[in-house]
Amino acid sequence: MADILGAEVDEEGFLVNLGDWTEEIAVEMAKGDEIELSEEHWDVINFLRGYFEEYQIAPAVRVLTKAIGKQFGKEKGNSKYLYSLFPYGPGKQGCRFAGLPKPTGCI
Amino acid sequence: MATKKFMYLNRKASYGTVYAIESLEVVLIAAAFEQDVSLAFIDDGVYQIVEGQNTDGIGMKNFSKTFHALGDYDINKLYVSAESLEERGLTADDLMPLVYEDEDDDWEEKPSVKVVSNAELSKIMSDQDVCLSF
Repeated sequence: MADILGAEVDEEGFLVNLGDWTEEIAVEMAKGDEIELSEEHWDVINFLRGYFEEYQIAPAVRVLTKAIGKQFGKEKGNSKYLYSLFPYGPGKQGCRFAGLPKPTGCI
Repeated sequence: MATKKFMYLNRKASYGTVYAIESLEVVLIAAAFEQDVSLAFIDDGVYQIVEGQNTDGIGMKNFSKTFHALGDYDINKLYVSAESLEERGLTADDLMPLVYEDEDDDWEEKPSVKVVSNAELSKIMSDQDVCLSF
């Protein structure tokens, strides 16, 4: 089984135990995707973690886009902006960095 | 893609069987296809949206919180059988205050849950294109 900084991940790179997550793991996962995490990345990652804490699910991209726009300004509430941060998909890649399971309804 | 009216019938309590959580998963997945989705809670299904659930004693995930996300997914028609509530000694006040933000009304928060009689519910059901029972 693969691991990142000692935390077990599945074949797609998602954490097996959500409680293992640390900021260092997120940085390391991003490095593996050749991404250096900026403040904008952290805004989304922290939002995803908060959403999961509140609702026990990872939001669908449509829901994420709407919520990010509401919280961080209209110019950020679109998939172009989110994909510029997470080229492999804000849902899939963002959730992976945030230590969440793959979003429900992610196709 | 033509929009169809989908209704998900929830007839069993949250825990003990997988029906409730599986139904919720399917509802969230189906929401991605932007169909007209409604949910009905009948029989023991009404327990799924009772306020103040605690799963500490059974070691399972408390997924009742997820119902609060449905509004974000544009799922805002949750019908609850009045008869089923009454048979179990419950009232509308025992249910979670689930809401959605109405895009056409300046994002005002509005209740998603509606208690209806079985007669009304069967009328709503006959109006659907697809009914899925869990």
